[in-house]
Amino acid sequence: MTAITTRAVGSSPTRIEGTAKVTGAARYSTEQDHLGDVAYLWPVPATIAKGRVEAVDSDAVAGLPGVLAVLTPDNAPRLETPDDAELAVLQDHEVSYRGQFVAAVVATSLETAREAAASLHITYAEVPHDSELTENHPKLSKPEKVNPAFPTDTEDGDVDAALAAAAVTVDATYRTPPVHNNPMEPHASLAVWLGHELTLYDSLQGAFAAQQALAKLFALPPASVHVINEHVGGGFGSKGTVRLGAVLAAMAAREVGRPVKVVLGRQHMFTVVGYRTPTIQRVRLGADADGQLTAIEHAAIEQTSTVLEFAEQTTVATRIMYAAGSRRTSHRLAALDVPTPRWMRAPGECPGMFALESAMDELAVATGVDPVEIRIRNEPDVEPESGKPFSSRNLVACLREGAERFGWAARDPRPGVRRDGRWLVGTGVAASTYPSYVGPSTASAAAEPGGGFVVRISAADIGTGARTVLTQIAADALRVRVEEVRVEIGDSSFGQAALAGGSMGTASWGWAVTRAGERLRAALDEHGGDGRLEVHVDTAEEVKARTGFAYHAFGAQYAEARVDLDTGEVRVPRLLGVFGVGRIVNPRTARSQLIGGMTMGLSMALHEEGVLDPAFGDYVNHDFAGYHVAAAADVADIDAVWVDEQDEHVNPLGVKGIGEIGIVGTAAAVANAVFHATGVRVRDLPIRLDKLLGGLPG
Amino acid sequence: MKPFRYARPGGVAEAVRSGAEQPGSRFLAGGTNLVDLMKLGVERPDLVVDVGGLGLDEIVVDSGGGLRIGANVRNSDLAVHPAVRRELPMLSQALLSGASGQLRNQATAAGNLLQRTRCVYFQDVSKPCNKREPGSGCPARQGDHRNLAVLGGSAACIATHPSDFAVALAAADAEVAVTGPAGERTLRLDELYLLPGEHPERETSLAPGDLITAIVVPPLPFGTTSAYRKVRDRASYAFAVASVAAAIDVTDGVVRDVRIALGAVAPKPWRAHRAEDALRGLEPTASAFRAAVEAELSVAEPLPDNAFKLPLTANVVVSVLSDLTGASR
Amino acid sequence: MQLSVNGQSRDLELDNRTTLLDALREHLGLIGSKKGCDHGQCGACTVLLDGRRTNACLVLAVTCAGREVATIEGLAGPDGLHPVQQAFVEHDGFQCGYCTPGQIMSAVGMLEEFERGWPSAVTGEVQPAGLTAPEIRERMSGNLCRCGAYVGILAALTDVASRS
Repeated sequence: MTAITTRAVGSSPTRIEGTAKVTGAARYSTEQDHLGDVAYLWPVPATIAKGRVEAVDSDAVAGLPGVLAVLTPDNAPRLETPDDAELAVLQDHEVSYRGQFVAAVVATSLETAREAAASLHITYAEVPHDSELTENHPKLSKPEKVNPAFPTDTEDGDVDAALAAAAVTVDATYRTPPVHNNPMEPHASLAVWLGHELTLYDSLQGAFAAQQALAKLFALPPASVHVINEHVGGGFGSKGTVRLGAVLAAMAAREVGRPVKVVLGRQHMFTVVGYRTPTIQRVRLGADADGQLTAIEHAAIEQTSTVLEFAEQTTVATRIMYAAGSRRTSHRLAALDVPTPRWMRAPGECPGMFALESAMDELAVATGVDPVEIRIRNEPDVEPESGKPFSSRNLVACLREGAERFGWAARDPRPGVRRDGRWLVGTGVAASTYPSYVGPSTASAAAEPGGGFVVRISAADIGTGARTVLTQIAADALRVRVEEVRVEIGDSSFGQAALAGGSMGTASWGWAVTRAGERLRAALDEHGGDGRLEVHVDTAEEVKARTGFAYHAFGAQYAEARVDLDTGEVRVPRLLGVFGVGRIVNPRTARSQLIGGMTMGLSMALHEEGVLDPAFGDYVNHDFAGYHVAAAADVADIDAVWVDEQDEHVNPLGVKGIGEIGIVGTAAAVANAVFHATGVRVRDLPIRLDKLLGGLPG
Repeated sequence: MKPFRYARPGGVAEAVRSGAEQPGSRFLAGGTNLVDLMKLGVERPDLVVDVGGLGLDEIVVDSGGGLRIGANVRNSDLAVHPAVRRELPMLSQALLSGASGQLRNQATAAGNLLQRTRCVYFQDVSKPCNKREPGSGCPARQGDHRNLAVLGGSAACIATHPSDFAVALAAADAEVAVTGPAGERTLRLDELYLLPGEHPERETSLAPGDLITAIVVPPLPFGTTSAYRKVRDRASYAFAVASVAAAIDVTDGVVRDVRIALGAVAPKPWRAHRAEDALRGLEPTASAFRAAVEAELSVAEPLPDNAFKLPLTANVVVSVLSDLTGASR
Repeated sequence: MQLSVNGQSRDLELDNRTTLLDALREHLGLIGSKKGCDHGQCGACTVLLDGRRTNACLVLAVTCAGREVATIEGLAGPDGLHPVQQAFVEHDGFQCGYCTPGQIMSAVGMLEEFERGWPSAVTGEVQPAGLTAPEIRERMSGNLCRCGAYVGILAALTDVASRS
């Protein structure tokens, strides 16, 4: 691949939609005001965890003033069978988890829809449910593959023999709780039918995939479905594919003959849109006395629902992180009567690296080797399981740069000995990694009659800065200033494109935008520059040809933790991430995104837990008062920097995704720092005061 | 939210009359809890009597240092009042540790006292709750009770009172002035709040139409030596998992008087009389503080997931009193 | 009823149940105030009510007669962005932008509270000496940001505070 000479790429323009967002002018999903009278739909969640809907007493609410329709499993329009079984909403009478939508009310006002939905009487035939994941759950089985298509189990060498012979071993079980994506904008859909043409305004990480899914569900040609996601209020994986609110909106809008809005309540966000599965992970490490790994075993237990199988790839990072003589990884899955878990920011790597990087810290303690040094000692030359060379890998550089910046050298390894008044103080480190995926995308570029250029791609800016960085990339490809380029995104009619997920947006869209810009520039050069030229590109062939290397980003995170001796309250005054993530297109937005991931990682470390009540089968703390995410007061000095990394193999721009790596390793760095501060090893997240209180020195 | 009639009375008497005549009416002031609960379907009033326009929003500091706080005084106005900051720091600290800047601007003093528990079962109408639906059962003992009561609960209910402000008021021996259909009266906080017993649906001794018009805080000469400490799962914008309001008077090397109230451990702000009695006349040492609070907590009935509140509360009491007295630890 | 929003009186026919937030978003087309939780637990709906920052989701619109509502739409002046808005852009104090109008309105209210000498939970003295980082963090904790833009928000508000 040839390198591109850049000008705009690497500079730090502020966000293109910045003014729109700070003035409240940016319109998200349903915030459209040109559609006339819209109706409002409010869903009815099941109040049992398993069974059947026997009857819905629609008549009692159907006659209320303002109620336009009551959708139930009995009367809801039939849909084609979706690929995603969660989208078959109201298509049968089964209840597979508490909170699953079993009916919906459409009304002329939000207040009426909501009250009517609340008063709708539903009779259930309830059967016993089983919602609690346990280590020896009888339903645990081996999924065929793990998300998206990784082998379920891998084995390399004789782990048992290596463990038996190891000078030092670590054998520990780590637990991560259910964690909920909770983007600040709830899932929201506004559907409008014009004849047999459906327009959907929605909060989605990918409009094109949504268009395809809806076309299939409603048996329409894809061209008859138009999906618009101009601004998206966060997603973190939960808006990766279209969710059931869109289906309800489309269904209802056709039933009542007017546009219908479906905006989920925050409480619904804990059930029907996905979340991170809880995990129970056993890690066994074997090493020689110097901390050189001879064996790694990582076995993950996780859950899915009975609606569909989602098997998170919890241990895949262990397959690529460290050199070791032997290695075994596995995943076991129990299909329980619980809401369906799906993707959440760095699915797999995030919980998996909490376990592996905590275990590495335990190995450092057990061997007396410095936690930074022990990772450097186990740096592999090639990707351990595949034997492929890395397209680039700068974990060691990140560890060293971080150690230098953080002041690691003076660290006393003894736990529980540093006090500042009534605070215990400690520091910890952990590694980060995330794959550098890329997906095929199409894009178009055109010279505009009045001057300037427009580039169109069905990308989504969920807060990543995609609109801004694609403009920079397009300007360079066109060899013009960024002010001359307008990038339009968030519209399925722009054609197939990768979704804003898997940290592959900039790599995938940037590739297509680069090719579109280059081709338009060549055409303009050939045709003399004026006239109405438009080019279309598709990177499918090029993307398919990317092979031969292992493509991953790496990083190191350093944390300082302070623990109150009286209360066990934890504060994290410093968190530093150093990343090797290829070329940085926009340092301003890149830094924000990395820090944002680390902030969510801090939140995971200290706060986040969906609390299951097994008697009911749902997450009982389903709001922002009960489910804590980090607030401003929890976030002190967090910074992210990167090492210079030129990767000519990963993609033409040399970029690696940065949306997810920031959350990978943070929780382990914090847990390791808490151990260093207190001597208490917390192996089950979140690290709350009650887990520390009993173990603190008096 | 159920449809309701909305009334804006012209005076206290009219408000009281409206409230007394219409069963199922609710007084609305700041609304930060009532509107929240109406959206959840927990509160379903037929009539909402908006008392926000009745004035009742003055803070009067009397010459002895006592306070008369109008029922409608916003939490933020009270918290930042210079006299409160100086004379009764625990009151200001309790208010400022509660909720958020926005909520404190909206929420009123009386409303704060009458806010309802944040027990997850109480707030979810799809689940049983003896407080919300008497006789329906309490899933909390077997379920999520990490932040529920270790003191003062009953078989029927272990909900905790969520207020910070009320804890500091309890320590300050505050009273509420109430106007009801039968006229005016004052209630001490321990008369206002009821323990759940067999009737967790009855949280206060207020009858329909009873309107709190003011909170009266008597002078506390050693109030300047007071503090409120709140422990929570997030550094801000979270309910307490344990809290302590305390004021102490050490004269000639002994504890002459002390006030201790505990939050997030009981269905009402928990005045620690036992601990106070144990401390009077003793030298103010960390070990004396610990023995005193342990005496208070000896009657606790913890459950598996909230037992941590006992050592936590004890530590916080020792910490607060040590800080106030300069006792070494 | 009449609702005064950003200095303009607006006539509205509203259900008693309609919150100020829904009145703004669904009846007046003022979508800048966001609904993140609808229960006062996130701050995305923050507006100034009679000059004070308030969660619009917990205010019944019917109680707002005769009161003045200020929303994000009215913040920028004829000369351009308000300094807080400008600082949010420059310091990248947002990512997805959904909590941003609430953050900004909250910040405007917060700065005004500080000017009046209001202490916060982290103020040791009777009145705060300066708008330090811990002060800003504590005072802005009623506005959740899931993207994790707190670092940028702090930088933005530190910048604004240092200039005023």
